[in-house]
Amino acid sequence: MRIWPIFKKEMRLYFTSPVAWVVLTIFLFIAGYFFSSIFNFFSQASIQSAMNPAMGRELNVTDSVMRPLFSNISVILLLLMPLVTMRLFAEERRAGTIELLLTYPVRDGAVLAGKYLAALALYTLMIGLTALYPAIVVYFARLELGPVLTGYLGLLLMGATFIAVGVFASSLTDNQIVAAVTTFGALLIFWILGWSADYAGGALGRVLQFLSLLEHNDSFSKGVLDTKDVLYYVNFAVLALFLTLRSLEARRWKG
Amino acid sequence: MIEVDHLTKNYGLVAAIRDVSFSVSPGQIVGFLGPNGAGKSTTMRILACFMPASSGVARVAGYDVFRQSMEVRRRIGYLPENVPLYPDMRVAPYLDFVAEVKGIGRSERRRRVADVMDRCMVADVQNRLIGKLSKGYRQRVGLAQAIVSDPEVLILDEPTIGLDPKQITEIRSLIKSLAGQHTVILSTHILPEVSMVCGGVIIINNGVIVAQGPIDTLVEQFFPTSRLEVEIVGPPSAVRERIRAIPGVLSVQDQAPANGAARYTIEAARGRDVRAEIFQLAAQQRWDLLELRRVGMTLEEVFIRIVAGEESADGSVEKSVGEAAP
Ligand SMILES: Nc1ncnc2c1ncn2[C@@H]1O[C@H](COP(=O)(O)OP(=O)(O)OP(=O)(O)O)[C@@H](O)[C@H]1O
Ligand SMILES: [Mg+2]
Repeated sequence: MRIWPIFKKEMRLYFTSPVAWVVLTIFLFIAGYFFSSIFNFFSQASIQSAMNPAMGRELNVTDSVMRPLFSNISVILLLLMPLVTMRLFAEERRAGTIELLLTYPVRDGAVLAGKYLAALALYTLMIGLTALYPAIVVYFARLELGPVLTGYLGLLLMGATFIAVGVFASSLTDNQIVAAVTTFGALLIFWILGWSADYAGGALGRVLQFLSLLEHNDSFSKGVLDTKDVLYYVNFAVLALFLTLRSLEARRWKG
Repeated sequence: MIEVDHLTKNYGLVAAIRDVSFSVSPGQIVGFLGPNGAGKSTTMRILACFMPASSGVARVAGYDVFRQSMEVRRRIGYLPENVPLYPDMRVAPYLDFVAEVKGIGRSERRRRVADVMDRCMVADVQNRLIGKLSKGYRQRVGLAQAIVSDPEVLILDEPTIGLDPKQITEIRSLIKSLAGQHTVILSTHILPEVSMVCGGVIIINNGVIVAQGPIDTLVEQFFPTSRLEVEIVGPPSAVRERIRAIPGVLSVQDQAPANGAARYTIEAARGRDVRAEIFQLAAQQRWDLLELRRVGMTLEEVFIRIVAGEESADGSVEKSVGEAAP
């Protein structure tokens, strides 16, 4: 499997075009903004509770800073990740470069893996850079490491799923905008499924809740590592990647 | 080296090629000709393993393009019609990427890329973004990526389109130099190019192969006569009659007379040279012989005759038959 050259090529394209830089900058800017407002709010709240013990609120950095931060970051990702993945196949198709790529001695699976891993690497870099925020927190307060690590694992798994959905959408069209909008729409629907679960109730409610992307991310940031959640994301991503392979094959037949 | 057997490709309900069969022997350079929309690119895409045929078999280097496509892909270099390249990559890293995907090791790769950049004359732009190159340079980069792995078989879809005259000559001699070690199938609309570069041709029209073989054989097959053009000052009817009487002459036609001189086109049996007899006839009759010239049959005329003949046989298009078969 010649995944490595494809991976390198995709990374090179991310960074020679402005895509990676713009996404990284915007992401870090917004995430930083969220972090600073949450952290400010938290420090004010802790000063108040220190002055007024009668309020008696138990303040915990993990719960009041890291958990909201993770959930805010996942919303930014929901908006940004479709822009990271939209190019992967749609642009090759539009420019016709897919005709050369798919006639080189590499299997479709290796092409897909190279592209997927490149997007995942960029994503890992994005969320890796946000590790600066817990580092700042550690400087001021005692932070439990466990929930932070599981929180990041949750982000990683969720991002891996976002990317898989994005790659699939990108393989369906030769228009980057269509790919991005489709990805965003699909992710949003799975995101908000959990909301309707409350109305649906009963068995349907539980199914909807189980399908919700958001629902599964919650426990990670609480520090709970549940195989059910891990399997959910892994299966979701694998299914999307499998569909991508099928779509590549179908496209070949259509010519 | 390339064997195509009853290949058919349908795009939905439209049949792009129908029952196409031909073969190219090792070391040969073959021109693949046909009018626009004939199915050249479609056939080449199937050979390059980009898409499967609807029915039929194609083998390249002994391997089935559908069932053993990895084996085929390892042995070919392909230049698609519109030369699709990554605009955001630079020339040298791009060629390095192609070489790596084609499985060439690191040290070997550096040598190959440098070599191929020299041969395709793109070394001077190796650090430029491909998207910023002119059409001709992109064409050369496209050719470079096709030959970087030194493949046994080259599939080139209109390789000289968009090049300047000097480049065309150089790329042609580059392609010519590949003969022997490499098998090349190239499509083009420039017919003189085919006579210069290719040993044989395959002509496709409306998705069907209409002729194939060495150029000389085709020309002989379609024009079994040799042709002369003469310009003589003399009484036209007498001239026609006396020339017609020369043994071996099959027909004499006169073209628009001007200044008392008339031009005649004379068809003679192939292998029969009647020039000396015409000269003597003119001298004997005291006609002024202003011009006596042999007209070679070119591939171009064969092509037009075949393609136009096909169309009139279909009854769909009547045009250009008259001018094609004078
Ligand atoms: N992707 C496609 N979908 C539908 N029809 C197609 C497709 N590609 C080609 N065709 C049709 O198939 C036929 C053959 O096209 P092809 O591109 O092989 O012609 P060509 O000989 O390469 O022509 P040209 O000299 O213009 O390059 C045409 O009628 C074309 O309209
Ligand atoms: Mg074509």
